[in-house]
Amino acid sequence: MIWMQQKKNYLSMILTIAALVSIWALVDYLTSGRPPILSGYYKLNIILLCINIILAVSLNLINGFTGQFSIGHAGFMAVGAYLSAVFTQKIMIVETIAAVTGLDPTGDVARTAGLLIAVFIGAMAAAVVGVVIGMPTLRLRGDYLAIATLGMGEIIRGLVLNIEYVGGAAGMSGITQLSSWTTVFILTIISVVVIKNFINSTHGRACISIRENEIAAETMGINTTKYKVLAFSIGAFFAGLAGALHAHYFYTIQPGTFNFLKSFDILVMVVLGGMGSLTGSIIAAILLTFLSAALQDLAALRMVIYALLLILIMIFRPQGLMGNKELSFATFGSLFGKKSSTGGGEQRDGSQSN
Amino acid sequence: MTVLKVTNLTKTFGGLKAVSDVNIEINQGELVGLIGPNGAGKTTIFNLLTGVYEPTVGEVVFLGKNTRNLKPYEVNHLGMARTFQNIRLFNDLTVLDNVKIAYHSHAKHGVVSSILRLPSFVKGEEEMIHKAIDFLKIFKLENKKDEIAKNLPYGEQRRLEIARALAAQPKLLLLDEPAAGMNPNETKELMEMIRWVREKFNLTILLIEHDMSLVMGVCERIYVLDYGQLIAHGKPEEIKNNPKVIEAYLGEEVAHA
Amino acid sequence: MEVFLQQLINGLSLGSIYALIALGYTMVYGIIRLINFAHGDIYMVGAYVGYFAATQGFGFIPSLLIAMVTCAVLGVVIERLAYKPLRNAARLAALITAIGVSLFLEYGGMMIVTPQVRTFPDILSNKIYPLMGGVQISFREIIIFVVTITLMLLLQFIVHKTKTGKAMRAVSHDNEAAMLMGINVDNTISATFAIGSALAAAAGVLVGVYYNQIEPLMGIMPGLKAFVAAVLGGIGIIPGAVTGAMLLGITETMVSGYIDSMYKDPVAFIILILILIVKPTGLFGKNVREKV
Repeated sequence: MIWMQQKKNYLSMILTIAALVSIWALVDYLTSGRPPILSGYYKLNIILLCINIILAVSLNLINGFTGQFSIGHAGFMAVGAYLSAVFTQKIMIVETIAAVTGLDPTGDVARTAGLLIAVFIGAMAAAVVGVVIGMPTLRLRGDYLAIATLGMGEIIRGLVLNIEYVGGAAGMSGITQLSSWTTVFILTIISVVVIKNFINSTHGRACISIRENEIAAETMGINTTKYKVLAFSIGAFFAGLAGALHAHYFYTIQPGTFNFLKSFDILVMVVLGGMGSLTGSIIAAILLTFLSAALQDLAALRMVIYALLLILIMIFRPQGLMGNKELSFATFGSLFGKKSSTGGGEQRDGSQSN
Repeated sequence: MTVLKVTNLTKTFGGLKAVSDVNIEINQGELVGLIGPNGAGKTTIFNLLTGVYEPTVGEVVFLGKNTRNLKPYEVNHLGMARTFQNIRLFNDLTVLDNVKIAYHSHAKHGVVSSILRLPSFVKGEEEMIHKAIDFLKIFKLENKKDEIAKNLPYGEQRRLEIARALAAQPKLLLLDEPAAGMNPNETKELMEMIRWVREKFNLTILLIEHDMSLVMGVCERIYVLDYGQLIAHGKPEEIKNNPKVIEAYLGEEVAHA
Repeated sequence: MEVFLQQLINGLSLGSIYALIALGYTMVYGIIRLINFAHGDIYMVGAYVGYFAATQGFGFIPSLLIAMVTCAVLGVVIERLAYKPLRNAARLAALITAIGVSLFLEYGGMMIVTPQVRTFPDILSNKIYPLMGGVQISFREIIIFVVTITLMLLLQFIVHKTKTGKAMRAVSHDNEAAMLMGINVDNTISATFAIGSALAAAAGVLVGVYYNQIEPLMGIMPGLKAFVAAVLGGIGIIPGAVTGAMLLGITETMVSGYIDSMYKDPVAFIILILILIVKPTGLFGKNVREKV
């Protein structure tokens, strides 16, 4: 049956892949000429957009799908950013790889391999921190959990601030720019696909059942603690990954980069897109990244707009742009009269419940 | 064979004894009723059996295993499933997903297989869909499989909850007022379904009901609870004529009738 | 010993500030189960109103009162506009809104008063009184204690002796029953916001006078700390908030005095997480069971 459904979705899949390849080629063409057609400023925002997508989608797994309200996502980002930077700047992973394999340390292969290793280590560390923090705190409910995760994010920031090895309050600067458009784009796609595949499986449904009714889930045989911690640590993993990519594109990281305002930034994306909709998170990440680029010089105004967005969405459209529906080419198909295939976890109706 | 053996089960909340010194024994294949007036502690007993509450005193032995310190999901894995008096469906999910979630603990594909979409994932998810639809068919819900659970009419929500409990493939099924809010026709139909699934799946069933006549009709043995204590137990005819029961429970009902 | 006593005095004055803010947190939580994230920012607004009053030539007491009244009104307006429409929605919706209100006050405030740090006018004497040994206490610290204790006694009176106070306790105990008993729940909630916000404003003015500096984001950390204090004491419990605040204030100044002031923020949050894990209902709280 799944195969039948997958055949139905074949066209949608091919279209999606074609669209992604075109986006990659287009951005690559626009940003890699000498001089590039789009200036570095645009490229920087496009990279930022990808990082924001990873952050929003991974936070949505925790907040939207599993129903565990976390507002400490920037803390995990910090873990990934700092640890990966330690690996490239202090442990000299790129040079080590070059020395072991005989590759050119300034060549793309060694640089990309070094980046991937550093990113993976940063993400894993964030996931481990997620497990360590998740085990005790995920017993808390709703607003208590929110506060605990906020506190956790601030503790991570406070600790980084006090470690001289990683620069203390000044942070680390001069980080080699190892992230490129291609690596960032591919890792973004991988992140979204991994989270999407997780959600649309029995394990993802186990997480969603916790959001829907924790007591019923537990008595129906779902080990709710295990799945909360799992969702939390997968979310933390990708936040760490995003942090690592961030560190290796923007040269500098400081403890202040990862304060709870950053966590709120990500939260706004998830809430605007719809808690429980991955495509919603992606759309919201795009909208808000453009908005903040447009308001580059008006930081306070940007935050006021974010604030009003949060308030107005909650009062007038608490399900956000997408509720818990997903957008795909199959949805577009159904708009033109074809009957859409309702897949396992897709196109659910209704608003989020808490 | 004894499926469930409850000895001296007691639960206090603060100073209040909600359940006091209850002994219950249920054998394989039985359909047993647990009745009593409102607030007698019936649902508390279900919560104690399923591990939602920890007993203050006493033991629950299920299929030879003491369930003390087991979490609800572990009790479920041993083979106990339940429904709730105040229906607890996964409201925003489809009917099919509700049932698939209950089948989760029998799934063989892991997280990695799911993320990488390995063949074991495809096979596992396909099997889940088939099983879930089979359970929906029993309760005449298969053509509603893509509906959102909360949009179902009340009677169908109750039936879905039972289908979901069955999908966990329990050996003992606990039903908490399954017919609450149903009309007489629906109730009759439901009771037939319950009898049928017991035969088909070789189930043992413990049923809480408020409606005496209904329990009398379907259960082979009945326990009567009042103020947290068992005041009687026996065959329906014995219960019907037990003066204590009449005083505590029927008396009240008759007076209201 | 000297360091200890000096840090104790500092800790008590810091704790008094936290206590005034924590009271508003705990009262609002007690009555509508909302973590009013914006509460720390009301304290900031209070400091600014006090600042503008003081620069207009008002003395300490008038500036304090003007700030308290203004923030009481602000608190009620926020409740009516942002929180009331969500009273029956999911609790997280209200929490998200509160985060929104908080950001709005911080950055809206920044657009109005500019991000620059302002020096609070000297409206109180700077006199320092030596106690035994090298320990000293300033006139401003004495004022902080006097104002805090006065306001707490007043609050105690309002909550226990007035009709509004009784209504507040009734609503926090059982909203619906209170409504059926003829209590105007809307007005009672407004009164709670007004009182809580006025207390926060008083804390804002006191901090302005004590540390001489105010800026638009000054409410974030004390707001969070006051929340920690409220949780520590048992959220929803008024004496708990005061105890928690004092404990937290003393802990922070001790950490600053004996270890390193850079660690005082992480320590406060570590306390928060520990208390949430070990006894989420706080020092004074009772355990509540979820009905199945």
